[in-house]
Amino acid sequence: MHTDIALPENVDRGGPAQPLLLVEGLRKHFPIAKGLFGRGGGAVHAVDGVSFRVEKHEILGVVGESGCGKSTTARLLSHLIDPDDGQIIFDGEGVGDPDGITVRELRRNLQMVFQDSFASLNPRMTIEDSVAFGLKVQGVSEAKALAAARDMLDKVGLEHGRFGGRYPHEVSGGQRQRVNIARALAVNPRLVILDEAVSALDKSVQAQVLNLLLDLKAEFDLTYMFISHDLNVVQYISDRVMVMYLGQVVEIGPVDSLYGNARHPYTRALLSAVPSLEPGVRTAASPLVGDPPNPVNPPPGCRFRERCPHAEAVCAAAMPELAAVGDGHFAACHMADPSSGHSAAAPEMPS
Amino acid sequence: MSPLVSIRDLTVRFAGAKTVNAVNGVSLDIAPGEVLGLLGESGSGKSVTLRALMRLHPEKRTTYGGSMMVDGQDVLGLSGPALEAYRGKTCGMIFQDPILAFDPVYSLGRQISEAIRRHEAVDEATAKARAIQLLERVQVPSARRRYDAYPHEVSGGMRQRAMIALALACKPKLLLADEPTTALDATVQIQVLLLLRELQQELGMSVIFVTHDIGVAAEISDRIAVMYGGRIVEQGPLADIMTDPRHPYTRGLMASTVRPGMRGQRLEAIPGMPPDLTAMPPGCAFAPRCAQANAACMVAPPPLVSQGNRQNACIHAEEPCVAA
Repeated sequence: MHTDIALPENVDRGGPAQPLLLVEGLRKHFPIAKGLFGRGGGAVHAVDGVSFRVEKHEILGVVGESGCGKSTTARLLSHLIDPDDGQIIFDGEGVGDPDGITVRELRRNLQMVFQDSFASLNPRMTIEDSVAFGLKVQGVSEAKALAAARDMLDKVGLEHGRFGGRYPHEVSGGQRQRVNIARALAVNPRLVILDEAVSALDKSVQAQVLNLLLDLKAEFDLTYMFISHDLNVVQYISDRVMVMYLGQVVEIGPVDSLYGNARHPYTRALLSAVPSLEPGVRTAASPLVGDPPNPVNPPPGCRFRERCPHAEAVCAAAMPELAAVGDGHFAACHMADPSSGHSAAAPEMPS
Repeated sequence: MSPLVSIRDLTVRFAGAKTVNAVNGVSLDIAPGEVLGLLGESGSGKSVTLRALMRLHPEKRTTYGGSMMVDGQDVLGLSGPALEAYRGKTCGMIFQDPILAFDPVYSLGRQISEAIRRHEAVDEATAKARAIQLLERVQVPSARRRYDAYPHEVSGGMRQRAMIALALACKPKLLLADEPTTALDATVQIQVLLLLRELQQELGMSVIFVTHDIGVAAEISDRIAVMYGGRIVEQGPLADIMTDPRHPYTRGLMASTVRPGMRGQRLEAIPGMPPDLTAMPPGCAFAPRCAQANAACMVAPPPLVSQGNRQNACIHAEEPCVAA
């Protein structure tokens, strides 16, 4: 699409079987300073050993409660914050490696759209200047960047003659989120991380933006990582879904397999907490009690065990690893691992 | 049974550089012990209606029209001590963001016992004991210890429970809930909804529950009123509205809500945007986005017409459904 401007063409370097993004042992702890009275100390284990891959042209949904590390993971991937440990490999090339891909080059290939459409835009820049800005940073001339920005605004459904010269406060929330999508796509990325990108929108507008995202994915051959707390929307849009809890991946798998046959007790609780949208079917009992725990100095063993109805001694002794429970479906639960010693770790799980 | 709340032709306008017509003729009755779900998108006037019932809008800039009667009191006629007694005693309110609703420099428990003492002649020790009881009732763990906790020291779910305790401290007859679960995680949201449902049945109070989430409304409401452009466009029993929406806006809202089993289908989005409240169209506010709209829709706002136990404000209501 950008053949007339000076951006490098996207080349599929690794071939179709190479995951677009490979993440190994990603970790980020935020230390807590000791307070005046010696309180505090320790660290927030925001992301604690997260490994996953994003295949080319798929949509990977990421779900979890607040504090589970889903947004921190997104920020680590785009190097908005630096990881303490772990490796990020983009289409076969290590990020920051001497012979790998540079952070600037990664950011052209990997763009983000955030929840707060207003805070994401510079209030003193017109919409078309905001969309053109990334291109200019990547070395495209002023005139060509502006032309490409206007083209992209048309593609997201904002006629550039009417909207291009406006400022962010002069358009509605749904339109502002379209501007953010246009800005992300202007630099011709291959992977777009959508961090709660439709969560703040009204339902009727949300449907418009979801349709737009699917259209743009087809048109520009994109790959999405779709982070959301809305499990219905994640089921609608994702090919695979990753469930996070307290900085770790607890379950990951194809959407139908995960929603139809969740193997981790946390995933099952999360799914049954969603209001049913059937007037006759009301939730009788809450699947979980209490709030999501604090990610400061989490306990050893399985991090979910304190809220888990199936917790046994083995859950406190050893941290469960992700193990295959189906075709491409992995869960980190001792009950899914026959060799763990958990009494329910039979070949068939109790439901 | 006479209704606890009776609103007639309520209008709310805010003065400023441009006059904002936030509520444009809302009429509602709520029976004692009934839970009404007020459903709408941002700018539909649902929160403004709720805040008007509590008289929370800045008096200087707000012009009210119509009438609101709650438990025999004329809400628009209240002032001074009568208004202070009405707030909290007749009518309690919970908000979306409890961190803004609580005073950050007083402990949670102190704010609850202060509310009790403001409305009832009891001494400090009694008020404190009542507050701890309330915190226990809303399932705050180790309530005695949490009595002295400050709002920033507890989690979002716990703050929301404490706010419910505060709102119910004087056993109001009417609870106004303004999106109280929107900011919570799904696992906490369902706990708070179940708690509210339980307390409503136990205390027999009426509730107006404002939300934009149909699923949440279905968990708690007996009846649903759908708002658009500052007017009620459709209302009726929960199951009827959800299974057989008749107003084109309600139908569009249901169709654009993502639910299980829609994978692979294109979503039926409502085109366009909600109306500009500073320049309302003369006719039906939804007409510019409506596939069924014709010249007759642009003349005057359609009246809310009763059909059995439900009401609908669309002049095409009798015609067969046209796909949007």
